[in-house]
Amino acid sequence: MAEALQMLVTIMVVALATFATRVLPFVCFGSREPPEMLSTIEKNLPPMILLLLVIYCLKDVQWFAAPYGVPELFTIGVVAGLHFWKRNAMLSIFAGTGLYMALVQLNVFSFL
Amino acid sequence: MRQKGKRRDSMNLMEEKRHKTKKGNKDLFLTALKTTVPVFLGYIPLGMAFGFLLDGAGYHWIYAFIMSLLIYAGAGQFLTVALLAAGAGLTEFVIATLLLNLRHAFYGLSLLEKFSGIEKVKPYLIFALTDETYALLTTSEVPEGGSKSRFYFYIAALDHIYWIIGSVIGAVLGSMLNLNLEGMTFVLTSLFVVLTIEQYFNSSVRFPFVAAVGAGAASLILFSPDNMLLISIILGTLILMGREKLIQGDLNMNKGIKKAHSAAAQPVKVQERSKEES
Repeated sequence: MAEALQMLVTIMVVALATFATRVLPFVCFGSREPPEMLSTIEKNLPPMILLLLVIYCLKDVQWFAAPYGVPELFTIGVVAGLHFWKRNAMLSIFAGTGLYMALVQLNVFSFL
Repeated sequence: MRQKGKRRDSMNLMEEKRHKTKKGNKDLFLTALKTTVPVFLGYIPLGMAFGFLLDGAGYHWIYAFIMSLLIYAGAGQFLTVALLAAGAGLTEFVIATLLLNLRHAFYGLSLLEKFSGIEKVKPYLIFALTDETYALLTTSEVPEGGSKSRFYFYIAALDHIYWIIGSVIGAVLGSMLNLNLEGMTFVLTSLFVVLTIEQYFNSSVRFPFVAAVGAGAASLILFSPDNMLLISIILGTLILMGREKLIQGDLNMNKGIKKAHSAAAQPVKVQERSKEES
């Protein structure tokens, strides 16, 4: 019982800390105007963050050991190429994911 | 009599209107469902991985449900399991969570305007602001005639539900299941790639991509994988702000110079134009 209580308290604390990070900007700039600098970069943040999320997804790739990140870069190339060509989000995403799963499960780049 | 007929007409009209919005809401929901399919395919295996981990650490599956319901942060929940296993104190939980999730503050910064005018569901939208939901909200367009708050709510809630389902499945099945899902979480990488390209199409600014490559590469090389996202976002934001300052400074400086040179500059312009014409 005591253990369950402690677990619940821990979960609540982590939940509140997580929510705090998400609500912070809304609390800061809820009633007053954000500084001018902020609103000028506001629209530049999403494209930057999205590309950073792509790079973040590659954080655990071992660049200096086989297969040198080739499956990841190859698949990203295919997804991007497909999307520039057809601009069909579902097609690009599922073709890319299927391709990547095949590449890593069948160990296609094991010759590297 | 006449008045009665009129009233009936207006009632019919209201009925029709209600019917229409009902249908509109259904369409809106279906659009949201379609938009979130990639997140579904990513959150199920990722949630399951979290469930496995929690089950492996010896916790009841109900905790997977409670954590995914109340915390709802991918990397944050993995970290929580690691800290639980290490027997960390509450302060450590708080500091580690704040540091890991501080990037979300930057998400909110760019949503201030988008979320203004949304009243009832705003607290939930803020609570449910994961990487993936942020990516969808900033890139997807609200279907024409649809309510923005409703559409955003559907997207956020659907993603949340997928995450809960995935983590509970993982915790209940534990290691019983031996599905080969290796590589399936790449669906989230593909989603981010596609949404980045959509951002590229939707706006004419190009510098954010340059800033991202610079900041991303630098923090990938210099910092540990776990810290790189927050650091790269801070670094990228600083680069954006620095450039903005530089441009503004240039403008102010040029104002004076331009005046002095405007007379001299004009003939050049005319010459250029005549060249183009010929």
